[in-house]
Amino acid sequence: MIVPDHEQVLDRLPLKAEIDIVYIRQLVRQRGKEHGMGLIDQTRITTAASEVLRNMYVYAKGGETTISLVSVKGRSGLLVTCRDQGPGIRDIQLALQDGYSTVNSLGSGLPGARRLVDCLELESEVGRGTTVQLLKYLP
Amino acid sequence: MNDRPAASRIPIIKIGTHLIVPIQVDMTDQMVNDLQINVLAAIERTGARGVLIDISVLEMVDSFIGRMLSGIARMASVMDAAVVIVGMQPAVAITLVELGLEMKGIDYALNIEDGMVLLDQRLQESEA
Repeated sequence: MIVPDHEQVLDRLPLKAEIDIVYIRQLVRQRGKEHGMGLIDQTRITTAASEVLRNMYVYAKGGETTISLVSVKGRSGLLVTCRDQGPGIRDIQLALQDGYSTVNSLGSGLPGARRLVDCLELESEVGRGTTVQLLKYLP
Repeated sequence: MNDRPAASRIPIIKIGTHLIVPIQVDMTDQMVNDLQINVLAAIERTGARGVLIDISVLEMVDSFIGRMLSGIARMASVMDAAVVIVGMQPAVAITLVELGLEMKGIDYALNIEDGMVLLDQRLQESEA
């Protein structure tokens, strides 16, 4: 997992309904924009967040997201952390593999999201839940 | 928040033999699913031969929305209608490619005007 040297939490948002996916991803974009992220990077982290949020909604029926301003190895970045108390992921390597999905969604979600950010970390315990971190460095 | 999606549905406008679908909001997954069904129903109801989907307002297309768009194109083609996506923002195009999403069976045009020309071409090709 990403352990920032410094973390300033900007938002803590519950994901309870499908519309919260839209609300949270829009806020991720806005926070990126406010902190100097270019349009393409805003779009990358917003899209990656949307993929992870949808997973959280579909598999775990909800969870919580924090958007933070962080410092990692001397670089500042925007960190999006999605936590749920869902069923967990049995095989993380497989979940991050292109083309893999347990709900027949073609599985471009997580591996695709990973390509859009500077770092994607996933921690999961079966029966306990899953945490996904998305980090995009700021210019 | 700005741009909270309204509960309303995406309009589908018939012009001649084509349908114009202007997506004007950041859609929930439910709206995305409804759109697919509504577009196909509109093709059946109107006998439209072309569908132009304007996504110029969309600031993001993730794998779910991308699959829906390519699904509409494939299903419409089975119903003998062509689909053109217009107005994709450059940042969205870059992100879609990086995401690794292959949107097969879709034609693209820069704007509505070019999209209409492309649909007319497709229509002529199919009648030739």
